[in-house]
Amino acid sequence: MSEVVLEIPARPAYLALARQVVAAAASVEPSFGDQRIDDLRLAVSEATTNAIEAHTDISSDDRIKIRCNLADDRIEVEVLDHGIGFDPTDVANAPDAEHPERLNWEHGLGLPLMRHLADVTEIRSSAGGTAVRLVVYTSPTADA
Amino acid sequence: MLFDLQVVERDGWTVVSVTGELDVATAPRLRNEIVRLASSGNTLVVLDLGGVDFIDSTGLGVVVGSLKRVRSLGGELALARAEPQVRRVFEITRLVDILPLHDTVDAALATPVPPRAEGDR
Repeated sequence: MSEVVLEIPARPAYLALARQVVAAAASVEPSFGDQRIDDLRLAVSEATTNAIEAHTDISSDDRIKIRCNLADDRIEVEVLDHGIGFDPTDVANAPDAEHPERLNWEHGLGLPLMRHLADVTEIRSSAGGTAVRLVVYTSPTADA
Repeated sequence: MLFDLQVVERDGWTVVSVTGELDVATAPRLRNEIVRLASSGNTLVVLDLGGVDFIDSTGLGVVVGSLKRVRSLGGELALARAEPQVRRVFEITRLVDILPLHDTVDAALATPVPPRAEGDR
């Protein structure tokens, strides 16, 4: 595997850079189609946004680390923060689109999007921080 | 592409054309613009997404918040010209079920207007 590691300040202005670097890393492998790279870009954006917000919540100056490992058939991205962590099983899902409460749901779409877009989404979280591991295969039908 | 907002009036609607990426770094600018428009009585809003090449959940949240805000004031929000990668995010989250994506700004301008807002046109 080829590894690329990026560290960014935990500020929104650096989010686009994280997306660009991860998408560029995946583009090194020619079998990644445009849609798979779009899936990866969005999933990484969601994970990195959560990491930035986790540091903002505790006024941490620590950097967010984004580690990409590229293989022939997949890219694995790990987003690491030093926030206070959260319980990923305790995140409520948005109501159905036709539910009257749906319009009150302006947050909470990030995790469902990550889980939909990545072939594998693993979240390890503790009081010392959160690690989100995303795996995107070159083909969405590949065995995850 | 640098984030930008352009605002024009058309047929009684306010058309907000968004350019760039809608994420946690840029979406607050759109939110502030919608708040400004709504508080000055412009509650019929078309969001022209033709220049948006990326949207994430923060951007979606601002769009949903904008819809809620203008409807609470008797107005309406319509979306136009979403690129395929943007359209796909609305489809995955099923927001397309409550916020139809029109192919053109003209089609968005034909969105039925709530009776209260009709009197303001």
